Amino acid sequence: MKFTLSWLHDHLETTASVTEISEALTDLGLEVEGVENPAERLADFTIGKVIHAEQHPDADRLRVCKVLTDEGELQIICGAPNARTGITAVIAKPGTYVPGIDTTIGVGKIRGIESHGMMCSEREMELSDEHDGIIELPSGEVGERFVDWLAANDPSKVDPVIEIAITPNRPDALGVRGIALDLAARGLGTMKPAKTAHIEGQFASPIAITIDEDTRTGGCEVFGGRLIRGVTNGPSPEWLQKRLRAIGLRPISALVDITNFFTYDRNRPLHVFDADKVKGNLRVHRAEGGETLVGLDEKEYTFGPGQVVISDDEGIESIGGIMGGLATGCTEATTNVFLEAAVWDHIQIATTGRALKINSDARYRNERGIDPAFNMEALDLATQMIIDLCGGEPSNLVVAGEVPDVSRAYTLDPARVQSLVGMDIPESEQRQTLTALGFRMEGNQAQVPSWRPDVMGEADLVEEVARVASLTKLVGKPMPRTQTGVPKPILSLTQKREQIARRTTAALGYNECVTYSFIDQASAALFGGGDDATMLANPISSEMSHMRPALLPGLLQAAARNQARGQMNVALFEVGQAFHGGEPGEQHLLVSGLLVGQTGPKDVHGAARAVDIYDVKADAEAVLSALGAPAKVQILRGGREWWHPGRHGMICLGPKKVLGIFGEIHPRILKAMDVKGPAMGFTIWPAEIPQPRNQTANRGALELRDLQAVERDFAFVVDADVEALTLVNAAAGADKALIEDVRIFDEFIGGSLGEGKKSLAMTVRLQPTETTLKDADIEAVSAKIVEKVTKATGGTLRG
Amino acid sequence: MDDLRDKYLTAIANAADEAALEDLRVQAVGKKGEVSLQMRELGKMTPEERQVAGPKLNALKDELNSALAAKKQALGDAALDERLKTEWLDVTLPGHRRRPGTIHPISQVTEEVTAIFADMGFSVAEGPQVESDWYNFDALNIPGHHPARAEMDTFYMHREEGDNRPPHVLRTHTSPVQIRSMQEHGAPIRVIAPGRVYRADYDMTHTPMFHQVEGLAIDRDISMANLKWCLEEFVKAFFEVDDVELRFRASHFPFTEPSAEVDIRCSWEGGTLKIGEGDDWLEILGSGMVHPHVLRSGNIDPDEWQGFAFGVGIDRIAMLKYGIPDLRAFFDSDLRWLRHYGFASLDVPTLHGGLSR
Repeated sequence: MKFTLSWLHDHLETTASVTEISEALTDLGLEVEGVENPAERLADFTIGKVIHAEQHPDADRLRVCKVLTDEGELQIICGAPNARTGITAVIAKPGTYVPGIDTTIGVGKIRGIESHGMMCSEREMELSDEHDGIIELPSGEVGERFVDWLAANDPSKVDPVIEIAITPNRPDALGVRGIALDLAARGLGTMKPAKTAHIEGQFASPIAITIDEDTRTGGCEVFGGRLIRGVTNGPSPEWLQKRLRAIGLRPISALVDITNFFTYDRNRPLHVFDADKVKGNLRVHRAEGGETLVGLDEKEYTFGPGQVVISDDEGIESIGGIMGGLATGCTEATTNVFLEAAVWDHIQIATTGRALKINSDARYRNERGIDPAFNMEALDLATQMIIDLCGGEPSNLVVAGEVPDVSRAYTLDPARVQSLVGMDIPESEQRQTLTALGFRMEGNQAQVPSWRPDVMGEADLVEEVARVASLTKLVGKPMPRTQTGVPKPILSLTQKREQIARRTTAALGYNECVTYSFIDQASAALFGGGDDATMLANPISSEMSHMRPALLPGLLQAAARNQARGQMNVALFEVGQAFHGGEPGEQHLLVSGLLVGQTGPKDVHGAARAVDIYDVKADAEAVLSALGAPAKVQILRGGREWWHPGRHGMICLGPKKVLGIFGEIHPRILKAMDVKGPAMGFTIWPAEIPQPRNQTANRGALELRDLQAVERDFAFVVDADVEALTLVNAAAGADKALIEDVRIFDEFIGGSLGEGKKSLAMTVRLQPTETTLKDADIEAVSAKIVEKVTKATGGTLRG
Repeated sequence: MDDLRDKYLTAIANAADEAALEDLRVQAVGKKGEVSLQMRELGKMTPEERQVAGPKLNALKDELNSALAAKKQALGDAALDERLKTEWLDVTLPGHRRRPGTIHPISQVTEEVTAIFADMGFSVAEGPQVESDWYNFDALNIPGHHPARAEMDTFYMHREEGDNRPPHVLRTHTSPVQIRSMQEHGAPIRVIAPGRVYRADYDMTHTPMFHQVEGLAIDRDISMANLKWCLEEFVKAFFEVDDVELRFRASHFPFTEPSAEVDIRCSWEGGTLKIGEGDDWLEILGSGMVHPHVLRSGNIDPDEWQGFAFGVGIDRIAMLKYGIPDLRAFFDSDLRWLRHYGFASLDVPTLHGGLSR
């Protein structure tokens, strides 16, 4: 919403400066988004008198002028044809910035003669496009600031334009008078009385109005109109054109400009039909669906059933409360005009406007809410203005429907301001504020003014009082703790797990990413998603069309982007929600990590190597361990199709309880996602990890054995597809009491072993608890280990 | 006997290596060494002679043993020094590399915010990111026709043909978590709700996904003055400054009444933001007293309970605090950015240790 200071002065008697007004508006909740003040740009220009002008000796078009200024007599070279002795001109002295030529004036020589300033045209000061010569002022004293002269003689040239943001609850501030009322209530001036008009119809309107029965509720409450015949439409007067231009509107013709004036002056959209183009009577009704109309914006609209329109005898002529039709619009040739003021159902306006995608000033105001009580008065005021500017003779009023009664009152509880806001404002001041805003106080009942549809309860009265008093006066008041003493921990188990997983993974050398929750359909489909349930109806791009089914696709895309930038060694992770459906709650927390390239840049120690699945396995296990997962797990195959079929493992507690998965990403996926692999990934489902059984902080006693532990190595030759864990479990089962640990330390494939065979070497650690182990004891356990392992694997002890 | 002493002490002092020293040891104090041989002679002496010669011989033996040990130590030290002289390494070569990981600023700042509000008795609530339009809008006093709905640039989920429920949305704010928390826990309640939110907007300063933290405090007598205090404390703690000036400006949000935009006093000298000084005001959050309609949506009686709510952009305060210029880069996962703006894994923000280091 834009308005000029002089427009505000139409309604508000005030001496407040633009700065004071701006600060008050922002504080009142009408946030100032910008102030354009021409006076600031022109502050340095002063008035001077040319006391002597003569031809420049070396240039036909230049004159050497002696100019009287506040800094004495200056010599100024001027090229304007009207630069002559005796005129009063506007001077830019050296150091003055001239906006129209984007130059700061200096002292210079023009064709050999010094010039100490510039005399300016209107264009050079961005006052107009006028550039035929320099400004000749009819009055003005030498040394007077030009802006002061303008303010006194041509104020519209230095009229500041203020733009404010309007929150949806304040339609009343979409009119300059509403803004003035807020400022007056704040104490920045007094309201001038509103204009009044009373029109006596001279003849019966030849156009009648009806509202269909089904359109009276939720459609059009009241529709008033009148014909004005014999008008002369043409350009509107200069003052009106200037006002509209100042707020960014294009003057069109007097009749149209008058409707725009009321739109911005009083938040009162109006419509003017060219009565000669209206066939028969006007009827407000609901569209059947499929009808079309070319609007004033020259676009064709097709109506849906139930949308509220205005028709004449031949069809739809206007979209009620949103936009008029082109065919019945007023032109310069219009001589008979039908003026309309109506109250439309704001929900209907919003839904129709949204469906037709029309963003007009009328829709904007009608959907937020206009003052229904002003409807008929507005008709008379606008009629008066039409007669004043265009002449003509008014008919009587024609009206369909009834002005809705929006009167309501709420109890003012003066103590509520203190209890809700925490400000101490005397009751008398509260009453005064509400009265100033247009509320009518009857006892403790506050009657809400008809232009404030937002006030719907007692809390709103508190809001008005506090807002006008200024929330800047609010002083913070300590809020007591909910409990005495040291605050209790507040994170849930899931929240703690999320934090632990994040910090552990970062500690393992991964960089945390936050990638978008939506990805492209193709990438989603590669990871089991991309179905319609997780699809957005209105994505901003096809790259962001589906909710992610997993975190890995986003990390792979991030890896590809980094590879494209030359970062080939990538360790990324993310902790976040993935989506398994489109209903609220169909989301689950994941932790995923991704390794691509080498373990690090090549280095002098030769330690850098390609990442492999045992990197991600160790990392996944470390994270699981940090999250409190049991140490004893199963590693199963059979993961989803985005894993390399032979190079992945699911970390499970039983076949259905998958805590995590690690492995190599399927090469087909990498190709599709343009990642140079191989790539290793892991994913953990924190929610699957069983809740800790032990609820106390007690760690249990440490059992330290005094007896020496013994380690023995074994190597077995087994088939190449036998898994190491089978050997480990078999060996560990040989004597559960004695065997403390079994570790695989070597794998050897092929060579002398022959095709399809491998050797696995393990260290078994025996920890006696009662007595020192004797050779015989060790022999016995060793034999049992060999027996168990060979039985479990079909392998043999390597000689 | 003195001759013997001098002979061996000289020989020991001159021994070239451990082998020579060992030879000397055998010769002197070994079982058949000269000293041992002389000791055997003691038996043939008279008791008087023995009383003189015995201690002398013992003393000689001790002295030679000490000399041998000392020389052995000296020879060992010299040999070690000699060896170490050859064991020179280029200490300017790089150490074995460890891959440093990082925490994303959004996670870090979320933990900072959590630490501050936890101290003021707020717990952390979460909610679904795909929301019903009731939780995202209606429950928050934004009915279907409300202009705020159109202004929020909402993402809608696809609806199957024949499913006539209103489409679900990607939550446009974390405020639906207010409703879910009130429904679940009732009053009194103090929660914050950090998380991802979505709006269909993408330009220099907007991304279609960003992060908010919602705050909600409901009790019997919580006022807007408490809100101001709570935010003042938060801003001071978060930006780690001793003093801060907040400005409340009247505004409008459908879910609060009265509503206020909150600005902090700051300066932008040399492009660096300084909180708490200067003549500029920086808008950082929206807040207000929870609207009675919203309390009712949360099954809380507005005649009995009241309180405040606020919403802060996590990405935004992260940018302000840590001087991060571009919002879009938060979600690009550029390794260079992650390493520069990321935090060490052990930089856990705490109130006692400080939020940032």
